Amino acid sequence: MAERYDPKVLALICTYCTYTAADMAGSMRLQYPSGVRVVKLLCTGKVDVLYLLEAFRAGADAVMVSGCEIGDCHFLEGNLRAKERVAHAKELIAEAGLDPGRLEMFHIGASDAPKWAEAVRQMTRRAQELGPNPRGRQKAQPLAAEARP
Amino acid sequence: MIVAQRKDFEQIKAAAADFRKVLVVGCGTCVAVCLTGGEKEAGILAAQLDLASQIKGEEKSFAVACVERQCDLEFLDELAETVLDHDALLSLACGAGIQLLAERYPRVPVLAGVDTTFIGINRDVGLWEERCRACRSCLLTTTGGICPVSLCPKGMLNGPCGGTRQGKCETDPERDCAWSLIYERLAGLDRLENLSAIVAPRDHGARGQPGRQVHPAYLRRYSAHE
Repeated sequence: MAERYDPKVLALICTYCTYTAADMAGSMRLQYPSGVRVVKLLCTGKVDVLYLLEAFRAGADAVMVSGCEIGDCHFLEGNLRAKERVAHAKELIAEAGLDPGRLEMFHIGASDAPKWAEAVRQMTRRAQELGPNPRGRQKAQPLAAEARP
Repeated sequence: MIVAQRKDFEQIKAAAADFRKVLVVGCGTCVAVCLTGGEKEAGILAAQLDLASQIKGEEKSFAVACVERQCDLEFLDELAETVLDHDALLSLACGAGIQLLAERYPRVPVLAGVDTTFIGINRDVGLWEERCRACRSCLLTTTGGICPVSLCPKGMLNGPCGGTRQGKCETDPERDCAWSLIYERLAGLDRLENLSAIVAPRDHGARGQPGRQVHPAYLRRYSAHE
């Protein structure tokens, strides 16, 4: 196991299900690692492969995408699209040299606060086992050519 | 449209290995539609290359630019200033676009990020099928709009070969026999008499020279009439 550290885990989560579960986890005083950074999306169908790559380029040690349970998406199939994109992004980060286990898709219903807390624990544990993101903590340069100085 | 597929990541990485500042240039037309070389795919590739080089601790930088069409000089001009700032251009356009980019910026090495595969149609989301070989002798008028040159592995011009089996091709039991499709289409149109005329062998010599074509209205401008 790599040296112990506090992993930064980015969570891209859906407002209708997982965010509600995360909110409830707070009300229930459930304990889970504080290294998770939550970004609330209207639907995980908004998650783009590029967001996931950018997260790792920006230094995230692990990234989790969490949408509604299968069949429960508020927009019918946003979570299914996210699932396919996460699977594709896993291949892309593996090509770049990162362990695909650093990225995972979850499906957590609005009432399932314990599942949210466990998912965050699981991703944090994974990131601890895999060690810090090997690209380091330095700031990532923007990719758009015109945005460069 | 022209369909292409991205080269293997390792191959692209190896091609870019000698350069410190690489500009990934996408093309917003055919390769964008086939989800291979548009602005988004250029961004993904640049992000992957950047991540890979950061992990190895290399001092490299990757940037992204996308033009409307790389096969058209007027769109390439907009890169003029950006190009000066880079050691290599990694193009995600079709073979034609890559060549024009290299011609426009001859002092900067141009790398190919995709393999151009065929002229095809969009069958479904993420699925393309070849439909044209640009053979310069189109038979579609007589074949009911189904191309035997691109759809028949043997390119038969006058009916099926002996390998047709219950409407399927001997090369692949999943593949429809192009000539069975043509027969059925023409039968449905009540135009089977189209098949009675013998089609002469194709002029493969026409493909032996690089194509060049001038619109009749521009013959004078390009002196092509002399």
